[in-house]
Amino acid sequence: MIDFENVKLKIGDTEITIGAVLESNGSTSNLKTGAWRSMRPVTDLEKCISCGICWSLCPEGCIIKRKDGKFEADLDYCKGCGICANECPVKAITMVMEEK
Amino acid sequence: MAIAGLPEEEYLSCGHRACAGCGAATAIRLITKAAGKNSILVESTGCIEVISTPYPETAWKLPWIHGAFENPSSIASGISAALKAKGIEDEINVVAFGGDGSTYDIGLGHISGAFERGDNFTYICYDNEAYMNTGIQRSGATPYGASTTTSPAGRESIGKVEWKKDIIHILAAHKSPYLASASIGYPTDAFKKIRKAIETKGPTFVNLFATCPTGWRSDPAKSIELAKLAVETGVVPLYEIINGKHVVGMPRDISKLKPVEEYLKVQGRYRHLFRPEKKEMEINFIQERVKENLALLLEYAETGH
Ligand SMILES: Cc1ncc(C[n+]2csc(CCOP(=O)(O)OP(=O)(O)O)c2C)c(N)n1
Ligand code: SF4
Ligand code: SF4
Ligand SMILES: [Mg+2]
Repeated sequence: MIDFENVKLKIGDTEITIGAVLESNGSTSNLKTGAWRSMRPVTDLEKCISCGICWSLCPEGCIIKRKDGKFEADLDYCKGCGICANECPVKAITMVMEEK
Repeated sequence: MAIAGLPEEEYLSCGHRACAGCGAATAIRLITKAAGKNSILVESTGCIEVISTPYPETAWKLPWIHGAFENPSSIASGISAALKAKGIEDEINVVAFGGDGSTYDIGLGHISGAFERGDNFTYICYDNEAYMNTGIQRSGATPYGASTTTSPAGRESIGKVEWKKDIIHILAAHKSPYLASASIGYPTDAFKKIRKAIETKGPTFVNLFATCPTGWRSDPAKSIELAKLAVETGVVPLYEIINGKHVVGMPRDISKLKPVEEYLKVQGRYRHLFRPEKKEMEINFIQERVKENLALLLEYAETGH
């Protein structure tokens, strides 16, 4: 029997799996999409009430729950869309211009 | 652990290539959280497929199969048949999803077939109201008056001239046991509906309204606000059809609807309805039809239909 999972095809110099089976899991995290950003969310941790609403709505899933229960963006991946700042019920998040 | 009413686990990895403020990406986070780890996902071509799998990378942390544009429902039928043959159909959720182009138009025949056969899986449409991945072409889900690249607004055109297709009632006619309309503006409501759809045996469907700031020419920061406004104006009513009976979640009071104008005027795709001069007739037409549609849903619910 052929072990399809281990058969590779060569296209030019690139080896690909049969059926373009992806062998990794969550590997898009190799790309730090934070570089796309022009605005950066800054959370006032004093104001944050730990509700997690920003976390639930972020399209990147890049808002992290801190050890103290408050929430903050992982700037490696944050694209600066501003949804979290717009939706925070206590306005704890402000978008500021990213300096280069 | 739950945060803001949703499971903490993430099944869509960071680093995916969606536009900033993409509502469909938030939709997928909700869908995968509702499906959970014992799930097999099937998806058609569209933005979410493209942004999640820049080969050989993948954003998925669940088994995920990419099907062609028209056939995620057929693949889901096959998977569900295989699970049944192995006697493990109750242990694994089969969830198929696609954009509105895939669902309302190209894949509709295949979805109809699967629903007619009564196959056991859930189909979710993330509805961003046009073929976004290929450059904003109008679909059966594009609303009346919206400008797209294939329904462009201009001196002689007000954008798309047809009303949005009523996909939920098309599938209701297949006697599906559970159908629902949800919006990413109400994430816990959407999550609960997707869970209900998955837990209900047989072919079930959720239309999950998801903002596309690129295609709608809207402020990415307002993606959630817009998805709420669509509901508050009655443009996108949230309801379920459970075993043939309508249950309307919101809005429930026609006299208290926000005017559709509030929703239309903040989106570039409707800009021509306000400039150079305001097109009162078109806006009124949309307003009246939105009210009629909601009145009909409320009547169904009241009369036990
Ligand atoms: C049969 C077929 N026709 C056309 C295409 C090209 N195509 C790829 S994605 C896409 C648009 C998808 O639109 P939709 O399903 O609404 O998803 P979205 O991109 O909006 O997320 C099109 C037309 C294709 N892949 N296959
Ligand atoms: S700005 Fe957008 S991408 Fe960045 S953390 Fe907030 S919601 Fe997420
Ligand atoms: S075009 Fe729209 S749906 Fe596609 S990734 Fe961008 S925001 Fe999301
Ligand atoms: Mg679409």
